[in-house]
Amino acid sequence: MSTPTPTAAPTPGSTAHELTHGRRESRLFETLCAVSTWSTFAVLVILIVSVSYRAWGWLDWQFLTSFDSRKPERAGILAGLLGSCWMIVITIMFSVPVGVGAAVYLEEYATDNLLTRIIRTNLANLAGVPSIVYGILGLTVFVRMFGLFGEQGLFHIEGIPLWGDAVIPLPFGRTVISGALSLSLLILPVIIVAAQEALRAVPPSLRHASLALGATRWQTIRHQVLPSALPGIMTGVILAISRAFGETAPLVMIGAMTFVRFAPGKITSLQVVFDDPASLVRAPFDTFTVIPIQIFNWVRQAKSEFQHVAAAGIVVLLVVLLVLNGLAIYVRHRSQKNLRW
Amino acid sequence: MLNAFSDLVKTRDGQSDSESATPDQRTTKIETNGLDFYYGDQQALFDISMTIPERAVTALIGPSGCGKSTFLRTLNRMNDIIEGTRLTGQVLLEGIDIYAPAIDVVALRKKVGMVFQKSTPFPKSIFDNIAYGPRIAGLRDRRKLTEIVESSLKRAALWDEVKDRINESAMALSGGQQQRLCIARALATSPDVLLMDEPASALDPASTARVEDLIFELKENYTIVIVTHNMQQAARVSDTTAFFFQGRLIEVGDTRQLFTNPKQKQTEDYITGRFG
Amino acid sequence: MSPTSLNRSFTLNRAKEQAIEVSLLLCALVSIATTAGIVFVLVAESVFAIPPEKAFFQEVSPWEFFTGTQWSPQFADKHFGVLPLVCGTFLIAGIAAAVGLPIGILSAVYLSEYASPRVRSIVKPILEILAGIPTVVYGFFALYLITPTLIKPIFSTLGFDVDGYNALSAGIVVGIMIIPMVSSLSEDALRAVPRSLREAGYALGSTKFDVSAKVVLPAAFSGIVASFLLAIARAVGETMAVTIAAGQSPTMTLNPLRSVQTMTSYIVNVSLGDTPAGTIEYKSLYAVALCLFSITLVMNILSQYVMRRYREVYQ
Repeated sequence: MSTPTPTAAPTPGSTAHELTHGRRESRLFETLCAVSTWSTFAVLVILIVSVSYRAWGWLDWQFLTSFDSRKPERAGILAGLLGSCWMIVITIMFSVPVGVGAAVYLEEYATDNLLTRIIRTNLANLAGVPSIVYGILGLTVFVRMFGLFGEQGLFHIEGIPLWGDAVIPLPFGRTVISGALSLSLLILPVIIVAAQEALRAVPPSLRHASLALGATRWQTIRHQVLPSALPGIMTGVILAISRAFGETAPLVMIGAMTFVRFAPGKITSLQVVFDDPASLVRAPFDTFTVIPIQIFNWVRQAKSEFQHVAAAGIVVLLVVLLVLNGLAIYVRHRSQKNLRW
Repeated sequence: MLNAFSDLVKTRDGQSDSESATPDQRTTKIETNGLDFYYGDQQALFDISMTIPERAVTALIGPSGCGKSTFLRTLNRMNDIIEGTRLTGQVLLEGIDIYAPAIDVVALRKKVGMVFQKSTPFPKSIFDNIAYGPRIAGLRDRRKLTEIVESSLKRAALWDEVKDRINESAMALSGGQQQRLCIARALATSPDVLLMDEPASALDPASTARVEDLIFELKENYTIVIVTHNMQQAARVSDTTAFFFQGRLIEVGDTRQLFTNPKQKQTEDYITGRFG
Repeated sequence: MSPTSLNRSFTLNRAKEQAIEVSLLLCALVSIATTAGIVFVLVAESVFAIPPEKAFFQEVSPWEFFTGTQWSPQFADKHFGVLPLVCGTFLIAGIAAAVGLPIGILSAVYLSEYASPRVRSIVKPILEILAGIPTVVYGFFALYLITPTLIKPIFSTLGFDVDGYNALSAGIVVGIMIIPMVSSLSEDALRAVPRSLREAGYALGSTKFDVSAKVVLPAAFSGIVASFLLAIARAVGETMAVTIAAGQSPTMTLNPLRSVQTMTSYIVNVSLGDTPAGTIEYKSLYAVALCLFSITLVMNILSQYVMRRYREVYQ
């Protein structure tokens, strides 16, 4: 330590020693901090390079356009890709309106009362609940519906006119809709918090100006506050969605089948949709798999070739996430360049 | 000092005296009776009773924190937005108590427009800014909207400057133009009363002069209440002036009389700059 | 203006405003319903049950569950002592903390005290990307890269036995996972330390190290502790990487080179098999989940409490 001990006589030599000594210690600490920080970068590079290396030769057009197979060289990720798309679309349909709505309520309407405080505290706690617990919630509430309808899904609601021959099973069972609802609850706190921040960044003067013109509260929110907060909300939503995209544990829990050789609703091309529009309604109530679950399945395979298939799947997953993150950065950047108050 | 003010007052009054009656003869537009206002536990206004004459400019002056802005905001219930505020007493608009439970705040704010200290253009086109009020009131007819936009901009003396770029962003206007845009926007909902909270304090002298000219023209048709920290401005534009100090109304009267011959010692100290 | 024009009247608009506010409130209440749902589901299956059904703790005594050292629900001779799972969980969380906390806090110090804005603009996105990588990818990384190319060569030469599935590899990747969290939360805490405190330190002739380590870090202590607690709670709840890399053997061991089972990986394991609802094995899933939920909840609440205390000091 550079602190001089009481017994040390302050001679010129020791002062010089102290100065250099102190600086060396400081330099050492800085280096340690820098090395720690850049080591995360190194880990990222090693991870990406090593995974890509293993995926080399396995990630090809055949991999992207085939369903899963017991033979590693014929296995493909198509079912997961389409399943993930369905999952994300339905998750967005549930989580974004509810999440933004909750944020609008908390920021624009709520007064500081007990209920509001409970909601706020609860949000902070929900964000820390392990994702697998949401899986158990989804399994019990959406997949089995507490067993109220029996275990086998005997109750079917069918014959709803516009929907053609689509059938809604009750309980939902191990279907896209169960998974999407579970993921929606999982990312809801993330969306709410991000939307709250975006709403808070809208200057109060804008609200006052609108209210002073005789706008109602909702008109003010709808025409002034939400449009101004939109880029911030979008950034948060995209990041939440990318989290949902990579989420595995809750979907394993609700029993997303690990070996699936079809897409939800058997929709593999637009042609299918044109020929049979009801397949669009059937798909959310179909069993499914998603990219991360396919990866998990391949990782668990005994044949060592499957680790290359898994690596190829990981590359696909990472590319999708990179695109989503890039999109979020783009939206944020554009909004920063735009209007200021 | 006092002479300088009376000179200013004279120049304006030379024009206005002939056309408008003295304060006593004017009809009362707004009246407050025993108004008390609280932010939480803190009382901000004490027993304010005054009348605001129709089609005239009433200036509220006083040192910062004296309650003049708070008082202004009680007149269109903008204080309702702030949590934990409380008001007792009466604010009568044409004899109607605007704090009565049956009153629709939204309708009130259409009748009592407001312009803020900092110009607050919406991040939209000039047209959409002006058309905002009529639109939220349910007007969809494009031709009518165009008419309103044009007449509002003309009344706000902004039309000639912006008529060629009516669909461009309002954020691109200069500070003074933005403030006149906000006045035009307030006029578009055809209010009776226009509240202005230090409308020129963020503007350069040239823009300030334009806004003041505008206020002078607008009082033909509108009742205007303006908060200002600038005493020359109050003297230049207003017919009646009210001096607030520490949440109390110290003195109110004809502007020329108040500036040349204040009745209260505190008023005199403030307008002559002897104030602490 | 007619006197009545200011009066409220029942209009479609007003009804619409009311309806909107109510539906927005309902949106906000979804989060409460979620928490209530989680607690209800976990408690209903493990503590109480609707009479013909029996809850987990009505069949297995809490005493056996919380003190038993054997976990073997799949065998004929069933034992439900949760301690091996808790032990496995905390072994991995401990390794993760040993890896993630120092690196996280050092990088937070670097970002808040040393790094130029340019460096920050590079490092922050890297940390965000690291935080965004799905856990299943980290599982792959642990199983196929860290174990065979790092752990096996090192410890085998030292004469230790290394399992293919081991706690160490899982712990390391979970540690990497929590770095971004520790780093960004701690950085916020460090940045909240007032400038004046730093300047006072420099004015006394301190080096940057002295100021960082002896002034800023202690001043931000509670914020850093809060970030540590959140990170460890995250490590305890981590599922996929642990399931993939640490194996499925519920053994009571602190040897990081052995295969262990955590609470989360047990839950995944049960759900992968075809365990029928209503069996004791199926109910054990809820009991373990309740245990996991309680542990993470306590850590979260503790962290919020600590965080609030540090806010009081500087804001």
